[in-house]
Amino acid sequence: MDKIHILINLEDIHFSYSGQKAVLQGIYFRLCERERIGLIGPNGGGKTTLFHIIMGLLKPTSGKIEILGKGIESEKDFRAVRQSIGLLFQDPDDQLFSPTVLEDVAFGPLNQGKSIKEAKGIAMETLASLGLSGFEDRVTYKLSGGEKRLVSLATVLAMKPKVLLLDEPTTGLDPETTQRLISILKQLDIAYVFISHDIDFVMQTTDKIYGLLNGRIVSEEEIAPHTHIHAHGFGRLPHSHSSRLADV
Amino acid sequence: MFDEDFANEKSVIHRLDPRVKIVIAAAFSSVISVSSRWIALAPGLVFSVSLVLISGLPIRKVCLRLVVVNSLILFLWFFLPFSLKGTPCFTIGPFTATKEGMLYVLLLTLRSNIIVLALVSLVSTIPIFALGRAMGRLCVPNKIVQLFLFTYRYLHVIHLEYLRLVNALKIRGFRPTTSMHTYKTYAYLFGMLLVKSYDRSERVRKAMLCRGFKGKFYDMTRPSLRTFDLVTMLLMCVAVVGIALLQWTRFIY
Repeated sequence: MDKIHILINLEDIHFSYSGQKAVLQGIYFRLCERERIGLIGPNGGGKTTLFHIIMGLLKPTSGKIEILGKGIESEKDFRAVRQSIGLLFQDPDDQLFSPTVLEDVAFGPLNQGKSIKEAKGIAMETLASLGLSGFEDRVTYKLSGGEKRLVSLATVLAMKPKVLLLDEPTTGLDPETTQRLISILKQLDIAYVFISHDIDFVMQTTDKIYGLLNGRIVSEEEIAPHTHIHAHGFGRLPHSHSSRLADV
Repeated sequence: MFDEDFANEKSVIHRLDPRVKIVIAAAFSSVISVSSRWIALAPGLVFSVSLVLISGLPIRKVCLRLVVVNSLILFLWFFLPFSLKGTPCFTIGPFTATKEGMLYVLLLTLRSNIIVLALVSLVSTIPIFALGRAMGRLCVPNKIVQLFLFTYRYLHVIHLEYLRLVNALKIRGFRPTTSMHTYKTYAYLFGMLLVKSYDRSERVRKAMLCRGFKGKFYDMTRPSLRTFDLVTMLLMCVAVVGIALLQWTRFIY
């Protein structure tokens, strides 16, 4: 495959938090253009850790990281990476720190060196594309849980990333907002990876599913019957079902 | 928890540029806090009371704030009259109150109330975020402004976390008593809150790094002072200077 089409390439990544058992033990992972990958696995299995390693927020003990065809090592390299990869955090309260929605969405573009006027334009455009027009002057911490999640997504998309990493984006969302998120994700023209425990949601929004088990990535294609009630792929991994999505 | 209910009215004072209000509040409080003459304090009182009236704040709520301040000052009334030397006024047991002491406490009480009234009408009528930005534009060091804004933003989140922890205690039948168990539980509660807020600050920092934060914040609003702001500023400055003159010169007598 042409190297340029590989957005993220991880080779033999190892990681452990100081003094603890290794969380990641030899991760091989590759994300290509327009690919949509779901990542499932048990709590504490290192999924969030993996995202933070890709963003350079955590340093792997060993391994090779290549992003957009370039080897990434120093903090300076990662600063460039963060311009092209957007990470949506698990808790929107971690992401929204500005007084108003507009300022928060414009924060990324301003850091990218856009003028205040340009940043404002991008922010308004992004909000509109997510159906959030009219939210610009709202105070971030007074938004509802679902609104916070969508605004967080806007803050990331405003930076026009090439890749989106979503860390449990459906946690705490009602079926309606979840559905809205699904349709937004389906329309996006960029590659993304996301972590979720919600296998139905993952199946609706991704082309490929990987599991993260015992510090390694497992890809499992065959169907594993795992309860007497139902059966589907990845059944051996711990997961949950949102029966609410089944009717949608 | 933080309703900022004083900032939501629509009076002339609310419409004033926050910078003007901060400057006036700072100048006025500095003058009043060192004023010792009644002739200077009396117009000061009139000034701050009229500000409160113009701002249209609910008088009952303003009074409630004064009660909070004065309950602290109450303690001074217990001690100061008896600890200053001077003409005896009255005696309780072995303690003698002096006239000088009484006047001094009265002075302190008056000063505090004047300043609190002015701050209530000038500063608490500014929404917190506007206050932060105005501080930035008045050349308050950036770090202080950011510390202020972040504290406000995350106090809310930490408060919610606190409520969650308290609920977790309640549903397991915790009732505070005077016992080691209660103290220990509260210690755990606050310890946990501290650890959680530390973790949160780490996550917020990471989220900011992910969006390309390089240590600089951008102010997207560029308000300019209107004639109305400038005229009000001028009038209020005259009032403050007038009070200062009454305190430090012998204009009147």
